[in-house]
Amino acid sequence: MSNAMLELIFKATLDTLYMVGLSGLVAAALGVPLGVLLYVTRPGQILARPVTNRALGIVTNIGRSIPFIILMVAIIPFTRLIVGSSIGTNAAIVPLTIAAIPFVARLVEGALNEISPGLIEAAQSMGATPYQIIVKVLIPEARGGIITGLTITVVTLISYSAMAGAVGGGGLGDLGIRYGYNRFDPMVMLITVVILVVMVQGFQSLGDALVRKADHK
Amino acid sequence: MITLENVSKTYGSGAQAIHALKPTDLHVPQGAIHGVIGLSGAGKSTLIRCVNLLERPSSGRVFVDGQELTALSPQALNQARHRVGMIFQHFNLLSSRTVFANVALPLELMGVPRREIRERVQPLLDLTGLTDKHDKYPAELSGGQKQRVAIARALASRPKVLLCDEATSALDPQTTSSILELLKDINRKLGLTILLITHEMEVVKSICHRVGLIAGGELVEEADVGDFFTAPETRLGRDFLNAFLELDPPQALIDRMQAKPAEHTHPVVRLAFTGDSVSMPLISRLTRDCGIDVSILEAKVESIQDRTLGLMIAELIGPPERVQAALDYLEDHDLKVEVLGHVQRDA
Repeated sequence: MSNAMLELIFKATLDTLYMVGLSGLVAAALGVPLGVLLYVTRPGQILARPVTNRALGIVTNIGRSIPFIILMVAIIPFTRLIVGSSIGTNAAIVPLTIAAIPFVARLVEGALNEISPGLIEAAQSMGATPYQIIVKVLIPEARGGIITGLTITVVTLISYSAMAGAVGGGGLGDLGIRYGYNRFDPMVMLITVVILVVMVQGFQSLGDALVRKADHK
Repeated sequence: MITLENVSKTYGSGAQAIHALKPTDLHVPQGAIHGVIGLSGAGKSTLIRCVNLLERPSSGRVFVDGQELTALSPQALNQARHRVGMIFQHFNLLSSRTVFANVALPLELMGVPRREIRERVQPLLDLTGLTDKHDKYPAELSGGQKQRVAIARALASRPKVLLCDEATSALDPQTTSSILELLKDINRKLGLTILLITHEMEVVKSICHRVGLIAGGELVEEADVGDFFTAPETRLGRDFLNAFLELDPPQALIDRMQAKPAEHTHPVVRLAFTGDSVSMPLISRLTRDCGIDVSILEAKVESIQDRTLGLMIAELIGPPERVQAALDYLEDHDLKVEVLGHVQRDA
């Protein structure tokens, strides 16, 4: 295999890591609070706001139901507004992030569901404010579940990022399609797939290790 | 210390309304251990949760330490709750925190500085027998140890009142008694007022001063524990007591028993001795002075705090007028006599 090809593979790997890393971080930063909000605004919960909850739920579901490849082209004007361009790696990060936020939110909400209502009650009996309950009880108690959710999100983002080629985003998936498929180079295809597999395994192992450290159940 | 005035709780409205708690008055004086006993669904959980407003009453007023909690703003209520500790059936410890950090939690919520937290938590761990468990996580502890952590946590904010919501119901009998000893100890050492709810007579018997009986969302009976165990006033109270004492006539006798006296029948009675009558040689007096025979079917003696309670199931055998005289004699001597039925004399 030529040096130029190896260089391409190397660059594509970095592109994938960059897209997944940045969109994962931003999605976590926005998705975790959204998930918490979805949970605490439910009827009967510590900040019960049924109407807000309903609205957030609908928006989240819409975000979850649009196929990624469609979302990517549908929000091009928004992408251009944010990064100033509708093509390239940065342009791919915007739809990746938008797709991941509701995904993270639902997983976080699910992790919070696992917390016994008794814990919230105990905190209330100690005079905890809703904010204190979120920060001192809900998030620490759901930490393991939240990390599991973020791990799933990263793995999903790796797979979504393969579609980034559609907006010229580069990355391993794009390389595999262009060189491996369009130019019939099975070696490139194989290498990109192997790198993707190793990447997923790596993130999963890292996530599992963090969950083990966080969980004392 | 705790006063409930006309407190009620209704879920839903109109025809579907469920009256979990009917208008109820309750007063627990400073330093008392007050128990509320009832079957599941009787409303005892609603009652105790109304005290710290985990459940907001539909009507009525709640006072703790002279302060009306039902009149407070949410912020002021959170402040007031620092003076009311609570422990639960399932402990409700944070699995993500060590024993130390669990006990420190209420202090963190109050904004106590870190150094002071350390100084205040250690004595609580010593008091509750957890000195060496400092850095353990709840998952590494037994049920009894978890409840000790919960007690230490409830005491951290130096409350005046401790609410115990079925605190020993998930524990085995031995652990239960060690937790009850701890609560008694705390009540004595710290002068803490304790309100507890339970479905176990054993709990009431071993630590309560006074007890209320709740059924269908109503406090149907309230008495000092000694009185409740010797002479419950209501049918339900007697049922609880009998189930606890396990003193019922043998099944074979129940099958032969009839409600009304007839010719050649004699009564089966349950006698409860308390106070002075415990030490009286009653049976021999019945035999000698009233001239009847007494056949003892079952008997036991229980000590309830400083009182002694004797119980006996017996057949009183003799001519009807003499049996009646014997019954009068027993009642004159402050025994509680309950005629359970009448059985045909064996041929």
